[in-house]
Amino acid sequence: MNNSRRSFDVLVVGAGPAGIAAACCAAQAGVRVGIVDNNARPGGQIWRGETQDSNVADAADWLRKLASSRAEILAPMEVFAQPEAGRLTATSSDGVCELGYKKLILCTGARERFLPFPGWTLPNVMGAGGLQAVVKSGMDIAGKKVILAGSGPLLLAVGAHLRAHGADVRTIAEQAPWSRLIRFGMALASRGRKISQALQLKKRLSRIAFRAGCWVVAAEGDGKVESVTLRTVHKTWREPCDYLACGFHLVPNTELASLLGCELRGGFVRTDEFQQSSVSGIYCAGEPTGIGGLELSIAEGQIAGFAAAGQRERAQEYFGEQKSQRRFSMALERAFMLRDELRPLASAETIVCRCEDVKFGRLREQSSWRAAKLQTRCGMGPCQGRICGPAVEFLFGWKAESARPPIFPVAVESLAATACAE
Amino acid sequence: MRAGAYDVVIVGAGIVGAACAWACASEGLRVAVIEADIIGGGATGAGMGHLVVMDDSKAQFALTRYSRSLWQQLVTELPGDVEYESCGTIWVAADQEEMEAVRQKKEFYETRGVPAEMLDAKALRMAEPNLREGLAGGLRVPGDAVIYAPCAARFFIERAQSRGAELYLPRVVTGITAEGVRLNDGTVIAAHRVVNAAGTWSPMLTPGIEVKKRKGHLVITERYAGFVKHQLVELGYLKSAHSMTTESVAFNVQPRRTGQMLIGSSRQFDMEGKGVDANILRRMLGRAAEFLPGVNRLSAIRSWTGFRAATPDKLPLIGPWPGHENLFLATGHEGLGITTSLGTAKLLVDQLLRRTSEIPIAPYLPSRVPESVHA
Amino acid sequence: MPKAFSVTVNGAQVDATEDMTALAAILLSGTTTLRRSVSGEQRGALCGMGVCFECRVTINGEHHCRSCQIRCAQEMDIRTDE
Ligand SMILES: Cc1cc2nc3c(=O)[nH]c(=O)nc-3n(C[C@H](O)[C@H](O)[C@H](O)COP(=O)(O)OP(=O)(O)OC[C@H]3O[C@@H](n4cnc5c(N)ncnc54)[C@H](O)[C@@H]3O)c2cc1C
Ligand SMILES: Cc1cc2nc3c(=O)[nH]c(=O)nc-3n(C[C@H](O)[C@H](O)[C@H](O)COP(=O)(O)OP(=O)(O)OC[C@H]3O[C@@H](n4cnc5c(N)ncnc54)[C@H](O)[C@@H]3O)c2cc1C
Ligand code: FES
Repeated sequence: MNNSRRSFDVLVVGAGPAGIAAACCAAQAGVRVGIVDNNARPGGQIWRGETQDSNVADAADWLRKLASSRAEILAPMEVFAQPEAGRLTATSSDGVCELGYKKLILCTGARERFLPFPGWTLPNVMGAGGLQAVVKSGMDIAGKKVILAGSGPLLLAVGAHLRAHGADVRTIAEQAPWSRLIRFGMALASRGRKISQALQLKKRLSRIAFRAGCWVVAAEGDGKVESVTLRTVHKTWREPCDYLACGFHLVPNTELASLLGCELRGGFVRTDEFQQSSVSGIYCAGEPTGIGGLELSIAEGQIAGFAAAGQRERAQEYFGEQKSQRRFSMALERAFMLRDELRPLASAETIVCRCEDVKFGRLREQSSWRAAKLQTRCGMGPCQGRICGPAVEFLFGWKAESARPPIFPVAVESLAATACAE
Repeated sequence: MRAGAYDVVIVGAGIVGAACAWACASEGLRVAVIEADIIGGGATGAGMGHLVVMDDSKAQFALTRYSRSLWQQLVTELPGDVEYESCGTIWVAADQEEMEAVRQKKEFYETRGVPAEMLDAKALRMAEPNLREGLAGGLRVPGDAVIYAPCAARFFIERAQSRGAELYLPRVVTGITAEGVRLNDGTVIAAHRVVNAAGTWSPMLTPGIEVKKRKGHLVITERYAGFVKHQLVELGYLKSAHSMTTESVAFNVQPRRTGQMLIGSSRQFDMEGKGVDANILRRMLGRAAEFLPGVNRLSAIRSWTGFRAATPDKLPLIGPWPGHENLFLATGHEGLGITTSLGTAKLLVDQLLRRTSEIPIAPYLPSRVPESVHA
Repeated sequence: MPKAFSVTVNGAQVDATEDMTALAAILLSGTTTLRRSVSGEQRGALCGMGVCFECRVTINGEHHCRSCQIRCAQEMDIRTDE
């Protein structure tokens, strides 16, 4: 194993839109910048697979900016621990890399929220963003029957993407009722860019049945999903499919922030207007501070990048955008709140923790997340509760506890290498 | 406010308090167990769950042997989630000097009725092919086993409840009085006897008991069924467990029924924080890799720490606390409380009922004058 | 155009490029079950982004690799359901 060591004035973790913007701005300010991501290429979730020549204008612009900046791109590399303040450790293909920093910007993004229902563990039941990611990385979806279900604007984006790749997208089932979506649409109407995006999407989604107030109650199949049972307040029916792509909006990746001692509020990293967390010198931008979409991520990234590099005036130029996008973020949260009918979907026999195969029936008997972990091993597998944690929070109101190293599973020798500082 | 009167109130639902509750309830005593947090959430949830006979001192040997036989009697009743595995222990000897110690250990065990088998270098490699080459041999103790302690504690509490014991949870005992215990909400639970089984917290309720926190780190891996087959402990472990210096690590690897491995162990005094210490991890994992080189490539999924309740002579405190007629202790089990929980419970009940125990009680009585420590 | 080569999935050759993940190669080979869960259920990929660990397979002899996070490389040997 090769261990290497790097030091930066500003280190950015996560190369999605927020991280790219942060790194570009910090580099522009002339300090030594590094940006780490566990994917092979920068882009994050939304710009996965895009390049500088992409016809997605934003993506091409920012990826070009990043490439021509002096920021050093460290990828693929996954940050898993902080052995001491000012030094992170990350795994790369050839060993552990130590990353020293003076200022740190956490742009670790979000993941989909998954909720358990009978059949959700069948192969070919995936996240919506999950299926999109797999298609972006080379899987052929042409001609496959796909049902999208769950919640959030991601369902529409994924629907359009899959259709463009030839998928036979049958139905999009959004659990939020029309009444809330219409209010959300009106909030959108006040911003030109979002509305034109929405209109474009609508065009690309024509002839796909979009149902609001509709949710999945079960997936059926032998060895893989073959059909899905959907429900509205009025009726329940079954539809055949090859894939069920199902995610219930997004939850932030806050494990690294927790490990570093950053204060969370309502599940999100609390920051000041310069995106600095409760730990001095550690900034946070993008989804971990609140699910707000692309524009907010970029605005926050710019602020964090300039602020961390000591250019507070330039950071302030983006305060207006940050504020207006945060209003959008709040509207988003209200619109896609989860309905109560989703709670009783899991039966006693439904698996909730997919790593350890812990069933709903056993969890129901527990008094807290800690008791559940200790007595049933829920959340103790390799995903470390990233999937079952948000589900269990929705189902029982239990909050996950603080993070411990390693925040991603790593080779024993890598964990051991976290302290060779002397 | 006073709640109903009990014969015994037990403070703490770790594995020791839970075992005591079951033993007391089985004798027909009216029992209450009071737990501040969750069942098995203290040291019990942090420990390794190795049921092991140890010979650090004659008294330690007597209690661990007695306790292990009680576990063996219980095996068929244990529910599946206790994950009892009779994997045995191999004490690994690195060199000829340690082999000599192995020979002495074997004799000590066998003359006292604990089967143990010498392994030469070849036999050791046959038994555990992933151990590095060049080790001198070892001692296999086939009767040792491994359990998952938090579920064992819950099972003991369930058994106690089925015999009438009552569990108060989550409720914090703020004081032990002549009448019983006082809870943080002001409730007084009246009882003839109180058992302090609060582990590392016990001195807070009973000032003057000599119990200190001794921190330990553990790491758990992904599933690699069969990578090791026995609990593997370096013979030098005793030196580590024994040393009163502030920091030590030793090779101690446990196969779980799931196919995962628990990697230990470390001991640190004078540490309050629960945080994982990167330098200790490095030393501990490095030590494991010296014996099991292949462990380096395995995936580690979590690390955590826990605190042992250590006494100066490394023996637990079981029985009446001098000067307080109604107060009994069941604490100070250091790194062996999972093993010795069952023996402790028997000895404690014998004390409560003024009976003679199956093994001499004197070395564990809180009133003892500590003797020299070694066997 | 990214370079084309082949990888093996459970012994069968699959055409791949450097832009593809091992997961995509597996799915292209027609395999949908990536692993058995601890109670023996068949499982496939879920998140596609490295957080759920459902896509763990054996790559070049190394167990528990997240196939959605690993790019195909020449002569890569991928085994599922182990
Ligand atoms: C699966 C998924 C698909 C999405 N698809 C779309 C879409 O099609 N259209 C759309 O409008 N929005 C989409 N979104 C929402 C979109 O991601 C956000 O709106 C926003 O762009 C997020 O930007 P970000 O920079 O905050 O985070 P992200 O883009 O999520 O970037 C965070 C990056 O940090 C990396 N990372 C995290 N932790 C570590 C670590 N410890 N070490 C190294 N790297 C780490 C992640 O792998 C990731 O690359 C999607 C979200 C998800 C979860
Ligand atoms: C790293 C490590 C590895 C170990 N490995 C092994 C091993 O392999 N084999 C072995 O036999 N032993 C092992 N041990 C030791 C074993 O874990 C302990 O000796 C044993 O769990 C002690 O149990 P207990 O019930 O005394 O204490 P605990 O489990 O700590 O229980 C005490 C309980 O009292 C409660 N409590 C405290 N104060 C109050 C109050 N005021 N009011 C109400 N409740 C209160 C606590 O919440 C807690 O639940 C290990 C320990 C550690 C730390
Ligand atoms: S599909 Fe979730 S980690 Fe690969």
